[in-house]
Amino acid sequence: MAETEKITIYAMGKAYKVPAGLTIMSALEYAGYQYIRGCGCRSGYCGGCATIYRREGDYKLYTDLACQTPAEDGMYLVQLPFVPANKSIYDLDKIEPMETTLVEHYPEIVKCVSCNTCTKACPQDLDVMYFIQAAKIGDFKEVAELSFDCIQCGLCAVRCPADIAHYHVAQLARRIYGKFINEKVEQLTKRLNEIEKGVYDKELNKLMKMNKAMLEKAYKKRKIEGTK
Amino acid sequence: MEIAYYPGCTLRTSAKNFESSSIAVADHLGITFKELSQWNCCGTVYSLASDDLMKHLAPVRVLIRAQEDNKENGLDNKLVTLCSMCYNTVKMANHLVKNDEEKLDTINQFMDEEPDYEADVNVLHFLQLLDEIGIDRIKENTKKSLEVLNLACYYGCYLLRPEEASIDEEPEAPSIMERIMEAAGARTIDYPFKNECCGSYLTVTEKKYTAERTYKIISSVVNRGADAIVLSCPLCAFNLDRRQKQAKELHANMKSIPIFYFPQLLGLAFGINSNELGFNMHYVDPRPLLKEKRLIKR
Repeated sequence: MAETEKITIYAMGKAYKVPAGLTIMSALEYAGYQYIRGCGCRSGYCGGCATIYRREGDYKLYTDLACQTPAEDGMYLVQLPFVPANKSIYDLDKIEPMETTLVEHYPEIVKCVSCNTCTKACPQDLDVMYFIQAAKIGDFKEVAELSFDCIQCGLCAVRCPADIAHYHVAQLARRIYGKFINEKVEQLTKRLNEIEKGVYDKELNKLMKMNKAMLEKAYKKRKIEGTK
Repeated sequence: MEIAYYPGCTLRTSAKNFESSSIAVADHLGITFKELSQWNCCGTVYSLASDDLMKHLAPVRVLIRAQEDNKENGLDNKLVTLCSMCYNTVKMANHLVKNDEEKLDTINQFMDEEPDYEADVNVLHFLQLLDEIGIDRIKENTKKSLEVLNLACYYGCYLLRPEEASIDEEPEAPSIMERIMEAAGARTIDYPFKNECCGSYLTVTEKKYTAERTYKIISSVVNRGADAIVLSCPLCAFNLDRRQKQAKELHANMKSIPIFYFPQLLGLAFGINSNELGFNMHYVDPRPLLKEKRLIKR
C-alpha cells in the first residue's frame, strides 16, 4: 500500500509532518496536541475552535474553524481558545427596546468605519458589517436575521480595527428581537411551562443514569416528531 | 424616472419625517427613489485627514453600491441623498477619489471583496434634483399655494462648503432653496445667518453654546418676519428645533417658531396627506401655525 501523502504544517511556529486530508483540528491532534479548550462539537456548530492562519508565500491572515477546514501544506496555525471581548451585562426584563439600546450597551459600534474586515473574518460567511450597521440604527429585525447563523466564535471581534464585539452585539439584538418584537410562538410558551413544572425531569433523570450501550439503544429507538 | 437613493442612518431614526415627506414629494413628481440594495453609514462627516484612507472606506463603499445597483437596474449613474451631512460626506469622498487616482487605487485594493470603484457616480442632493426637474413642474403641481407663509431658508454648512460640494453656484449667497419654496408659492426672507453653522455636534457637550446659536438665528429670522425655518439637515433641525428649549431658558423673550424639512412644506403645497409629512415629530409643534394659515384642517 502506498504511503499516505504527508504535508507540513506549523503549529505556533513549529513544523510537523501530518497526513494530507485531515482537518486542522485532526492534524494538530495527529501532531500530538491535545485539546483542553478551543474544541467543542467538532461539527462546525459550537464556534469553539476559532483558528487564525497564514499560507506560505501569502501575507494575509485567514480565519476559520479548525474542525471544518482542511489542513494544507505550509499552513502557519494558531488556535484561539477564547476571545476576551467586552460583554455588556444586562437584565432582559429591565431592558427597553429603543433605537439607541444597542448603542447604549455597545457604544463602540458607532466607531465602525465600514472596512468589512469582520465580514471577511467570519467563518459562517455572514454579512457582519451590515448587521453592525443595522445595530447602529436599532434595526433589531435586520440584525437578528443577518446574524441568525452566528456561532459566537469571536473571530470578527479579533480582527476589528474599531474593537467592536460584533457577536455580543448581535446576541443582544436577537434576544431583544425574540422577547419584544418577533411573533410569539404558542408551542414554545407551552413547552417552557412544562419544563418549569418538571414534566420532563423524570425522563432526564432516567437518561442521566444510563450507560453508553443503553444510551445508544435508546437513541436508535427514539421517536422524531412528525415521523412514524 | 428612477434614481438610486441613499437614505443614511438619521433618516431611519430621528428624521423619519424627512424621508417619508421626501419620498412622497418625489413620487408626486414622478420620481421613484430606488433605495440602495445594501448600505452602511456614510461616516457622518467627511474626514479632513485625506491621507487616512480608512476613514473614506464608508462613503466609497456607498458609491460602489450605487455604481453596481445602477448597472444592474440600467439607471443613469446618479445617487440622490437627502441628509445634508450624508450628501457632503459622500460628495467629498467622491471628489477625493475622482481627483486622486493613487488613493482610489489603494482603496480599491483594500476593498478586494468589492468591484472596483470607477469614480463615475454623480452625487446629487434632492434640492438639486428638484431644481433640475424644474421650477415649472413644482408650480404645476402646487394645488395649495404656500403664499400665506413667510419662510427663512436655512442652508447651514454642509450644502455649501467646501465649494466643491456646494449645491448652489453661489455658496456665499445661495438661492436654490428659495427658488424651490417660492415655486410652491411661499414668500422667503433674506437674512445673514442662512449659511452659518448651527453649532453642530457641540450640541452634545456644549448645549449652552448651541442654544445661543439657535437664539441668534431664530431671533434674526423672526425680526425679519419669518413664520418658520426650512432646511435639509437633520442635525441643524435638531439644534434649531430641540435647542429652542434651552434657548428660551437663556432668553425668555425668544419667540418659538417651527422648523421644517423642505419636503414637508412642498408636500402640503402638492396636497399630499399630512400623515405622510410627519408633523407630529417636531419639538416645536408646527400644527398650530399650519392650522392658523389654513394649510391643514383645524
